[in-house]
Amino acid sequence: MADKKIRILLAKLGLDGHDRGIKIVARILRDAGMEVIYLGLRQTTGSIVAAAEEEDADAIGLSMHNAGHLTLGPKMVDAISGAGLDIPLVIGGIVPDEDVADLLSSGVTSVIGPGASAEEVVAIVNGAIATRERK
Amino acid sequence: MTEEKSPNEKLKAAWSEQYNSANLRDVPFETMSGVPVDPVYGDGPYPGQYPYTRGIYPSMYRSRLWTMRMFAGFGTAEDTNLRFKELLRNGGTGLSTAFDMPTLMGRDSDSEWALGEVGRAGVAIDTLADMEDLFAGIDLAKVSTSMTINGPAATLLAMYVAVAEKDGVSASQLAGTIQNDILKEYQAQKEYIYPPRPSMRIITDMVKYTTAEMPKWHPVSISGYHIREAGSTAAQELAFTLANGFAYVEAAIAAGQNVDEFGRRLSFFFNSHSDFFEEIGKFRAARRIWARWMKERYGASDERAMLCRFHTQTAGVSLTAQQPEINIARVGIQALAAALGGTQSLHTDSFDEALALPTEDAARIALRTQQIVAHETGATNVADPLGGAPYVEWMTDEMERQAEEIFSHLEDLGNGSILEGTYEGIENGYFVGEIADAAYRFEREVNAGQRIIVGVNEFTEGDDPDGRNLLRISAETEDYQLKRLQDIKLRRNQKDVDLSLKEITEVASDPARNLMPAIIDAVKVYATEEEISDSMTKEFGTYVEKAIV
Repeated sequence: MADKKIRILLAKLGLDGHDRGIKIVARILRDAGMEVIYLGLRQTTGSIVAAAEEEDADAIGLSMHNAGHLTLGPKMVDAISGAGLDIPLVIGGIVPDEDVADLLSSGVTSVIGPGASAEEVVAIVNGAIATRERK
Repeated sequence: MTEEKSPNEKLKAAWSEQYNSANLRDVPFETMSGVPVDPVYGDGPYPGQYPYTRGIYPSMYRSRLWTMRMFAGFGTAEDTNLRFKELLRNGGTGLSTAFDMPTLMGRDSDSEWALGEVGRAGVAIDTLADMEDLFAGIDLAKVSTSMTINGPAATLLAMYVAVAEKDGVSASQLAGTIQNDILKEYQAQKEYIYPPRPSMRIITDMVKYTTAEMPKWHPVSISGYHIREAGSTAAQELAFTLANGFAYVEAAIAAGQNVDEFGRRLSFFFNSHSDFFEEIGKFRAARRIWARWMKERYGASDERAMLCRFHTQTAGVSLTAQQPEINIARVGIQALAAALGGTQSLHTDSFDEALALPTEDAARIALRTQQIVAHETGATNVADPLGGAPYVEWMTDEMERQAEEIFSHLEDLGNGSILEGTYEGIENGYFVGEIADAAYRFEREVNAGQRIIVGVNEFTEGDDPDGRNLLRISAETEDYQLKRLQDIKLRRNQKDVDLSLKEITEVASDPARNLMPAIIDAVKVYATEEEISDSMTKEFGTYVEKAIV
């Protein structure tokens, strides 16, 4: 269905309360024509997986600013596959370049680094969704 | 016969008298080329004179430089203790503690919420034992300590008091500040535990306790820093912060506190961003607005209760991950704005903070940056050196005008009460909405190239992602901290802990009683931070923010 809007689920996993970035990303994706479901702060892998299933999300986006990405990223990947879902996971925030490869090899689909432009954000999300469609 | 003095001459004469009785630092107050300079220029009211637009002290930095207070915290308490000692050896004059996310949220390191966060963004504190290690070998009667914590602030203050007591230092000797500004948590930083009203009760209890027992302690640091970091404009930062201050004042007055007694121990915390003149106007306006409202609206008569004394931190959000070393220049400019704006203490950010917590080298460069501003630029010779400049005076007025508009809106929301208006603004999403709008507007302008951020959307050559040396917190920190917590739980007297927690819940149910003594008793028997938080949650419930984009 070509005219179906992309649905992306955004959330903050864990205790990290930095939400400036994810709110901007939400508006960027909405302006790009996507349907954005923002779950808000203090989500668990369980609450995110449940919402992704219920909302029929095409992608999940998490924002991390507390250096917990190497622990929480793989945990989220496991929770998604553990629920039998095949949904690309995009992580944005303060992720040092040298951690990107580790995240990708753990099953995170794409990473958005600090300072990415709106176009880059949209392209990365679209790219992440396209990887699933190719499978 | 003497000639009648003009009003300005009278102000100048009064200022002179105060200035002449001040102790001055033993340095030449002259330019680098040897030209002697006056302590202040232009018209009054002069520094130290109501409404303090030009500074809160008559002699400003000629008497005492700002406190160079570098915020530090990572890993275990021992790790941070070493960094503290390093900063003190390097000429830092106050300590400032960054706690990790679980600690900030009232959770222990062994909570399922803490996974991956222990010791990452600050130091992990679970029990009094960690606090003992954090300050080991540091004379708490001599340093002043700032603790950046809000939701569980009462517990951390209790631990600090208990550590000092063990070292033979009484609560009355302790100098410092605890952030304890819960209102901005709902607006910007989002580190809350309980809903706003019970949180306000805890703060009022802390104000009462410190007023009685800790005369050198600042029980609330009303903070705009995080509001700005979350994306607000300079005027919003100013207005939301001062309005939060008014709300605390209204709450304390309602609880029967004397405005002069607690008013003089309130302090503020602002951001210093990159728009140099806007920042200086903001700092000047803050002092003027606070003095006027405290005097005229809340009836303060003690001058000290009218002074907006503030800490400043350079803008973390302005730092770029691209070409991070150029952040040193940004921090230098922001630090100079803070000095010209008359700050009482300053944290300068490290250039690598857009990437990770600062390395020791980066933190040293940041401290050196403010030392250059203090000792090499001459900016400290003259109080309010930009006062009287048309642009600076206009900017100060403009910041005040925008802030007053926001106060009016909050008063409308609260039917004449800023406190009620603030509760309402939290509930109806006013603050988060305004901040998110401003953040998005700025981001769009950067994205469209209307605003240039050097190294990000222009002048992007020269970045070297491979040449970076970042601070990494090893996973061992988490294991170590978990083991430590387990040991404490085994060693402590569980019966004492259970009783102390039950007592907190009971005190919480009675608004006429003060929570502080019960919390101090609990930390002394090694109740954990989370246990203490939970003992209050039973009575107060928790706060969940509505997710709005």
